[in-house]
Amino acid sequence: MDQEFKRELILENYQHPFHRGLKGEEDGYLVKNTNNESCIDNLDISLKIEKGRIIDATFDGEACAISTSATSILLRKLVGLSIEEAKELVENYEKMIEEEDYDQEKMGELLAYQDIYLQPNRKTCALLPANAVSEIMKQLKKQ
Amino acid sequence: MHREDFPFLKTGLIYFDNGATSLKPKVVLDSMQEYYEKYCANIHRGDYGISYRASEIYEETREVCKNFIGASSKEEIIFTSGATQSLNQIIFGFFKKYLKKGDEVLITKAEHASLLLPFLILEKEIGIHLVYVPLSKDYTLHYESVLQAVTAKTKVVAISGISNVVGDRRPLHEIGMLCKEKGLIFLVDGAQSVPHEKTNVVEDHIDFLAFSGHKMLGPTGIGVLYGRKELLEKMEPLQYGGDMNQSFSSSGEVSIKSVPFRFEAGTPPIAEVIGLKSAIQYLMKIGMENIQSHEANLKKYLVEQLKKYPQIEVYNANVNGGNVIFNIRDVFSQDAAIYLDHFGICTRAGTHCAKALKEELPVQNTVRISFYFYNTKEEVDKLLQALSKSDTLYDVIL
Ligand SMILES: Cc1ncc(COP(=O)(O)O)c(C=O)c1O
Repeated sequence: MDQEFKRELILENYQHPFHRGLKGEEDGYLVKNTNNESCIDNLDISLKIEKGRIIDATFDGEACAISTSATSILLRKLVGLSIEEAKELVENYEKMIEEEDYDQEKMGELLAYQDIYLQPNRKTCALLPANAVSEIMKQLKKQ
Repeated sequence: MHREDFPFLKTGLIYFDNGATSLKPKVVLDSMQEYYEKYCANIHRGDYGISYRASEIYEETREVCKNFIGASSKEEIIFTSGATQSLNQIIFGFFKKYLKKGDEVLITKAEHASLLLPFLILEKEIGIHLVYVPLSKDYTLHYESVLQAVTAKTKVVAISGISNVVGDRRPLHEIGMLCKEKGLIFLVDGAQSVPHEKTNVVEDHIDFLAFSGHKMLGPTGIGVLYGRKELLEKMEPLQYGGDMNQSFSSSGEVSIKSVPFRFEAGTPPIAEVIGLKSAIQYLMKIGMENIQSHEANLKKYLVEQLKKYPQIEVYNANVNGGNVIFNIRDVFSQDAAIYLDHFGICTRAGTHCAKALKEELPVQNTVRISFYFYNTKEEVDKLLQALSKSDTLYDVIL
């Protein structure tokens, strides 16, 4: 993915994000707020899970271009996945951001954040939606 | 002004985040280095020359602080780790006992977490009532609003001298007179005001004042708690240990030292106290009035120029002070700050620790420019230049 394409993808997903407009517990969604401690992003992310599969995802809040766009792209990829597949995707994404070995094939548009480690203070922005999704998964386990 | 005194400025960076912390002049760094190299000793203890010298300079700093804020005696100056510790000591060491259920504390939603949060805890613990004095349309605090909020139950007015987001200079003298007349205790969070304007606790009838050294050219880790002697006598230490006790025995008899020493348990930040002394002496040489007017001029210039930028929205244009808060239209404040960082311009994005203020402002997050006297018109021009190209923002930051 070249730099120009990455930038366009991020910008497009920031300015016109998918899945924006939060649906809450009253609609059967599991909600997690992602209040980033080291920056000022503040997003709510929610997933609707039925029969072990993510059937919908929503979010809302105020956040920077990186975290908003990453949320848009990640949620879009998550819908339709089983819990196991979703976990795998999130873990793989986290590895990419943290510069560990990861499976490039599975990342798709998330590759837009491939080089984010070059700006270390922005890694937390890119990880924001991943953290929220992981938290929701943990919640699910407890239930 | 005086840029040659600041080694940091050789980096070429443009530092506009003075509300968070200030740069340090060489004299401050030298004074601390000298302590570590030439008379590194604990205070109030050793029977040798250098310990005596360290103790002397430590106590001289109290005198310098006293003069700087116009206090009546140096016993009213307590060294702490910063404004946050000063405020916690005042609120939990004094007000926790002084206030009773149902008593009212006048405060505003523009206050910093370090003032508001301890009082919120006290509200839960003992049932005092925090009354938020309404801010005016430009988010500043007016004397009349304070006057109108006073009731028979009001016991305290607790506000910052200059608010840290909007940056308005509060009418401390009038509010102080009001407090004196009504018998209210006047607590001023001076973290932003003491570095930028002349403070006089006696003339302004300030009963308690808190400030930090690092925002006024001094080192981190040192701050001051001022209290009127009579009130300090009633305040309780929150920390016990060495240096603050007179004597004690295993049977539980404890006798503590006099004010202010009973509030300085353990080895204090000696080098930092020495650095604070140099910082204050340096500020006094420049003159607080000069500092204030230089910052006000820079702000006026920036605000005037920004009027030519339709994409920039300034939220505190007409507020008299040294802060400018703004956003680039449709850009998240953090992205704007990251953009400016690419030009070597340091600013701060966010709610600036005044999280309750978002209930009043039209936006949650802003970019804050906070000036100090070493900032220049040329630096402002560089900021303007960067902002003029803000349509390329995402090309720069992504
Ligand atoms: C108005 C105000 N009060 C209190 C503080 C706390 O100061 P410190 O972090 O030095 O304790 C600050 C610092 O940002 C401030 O701006």
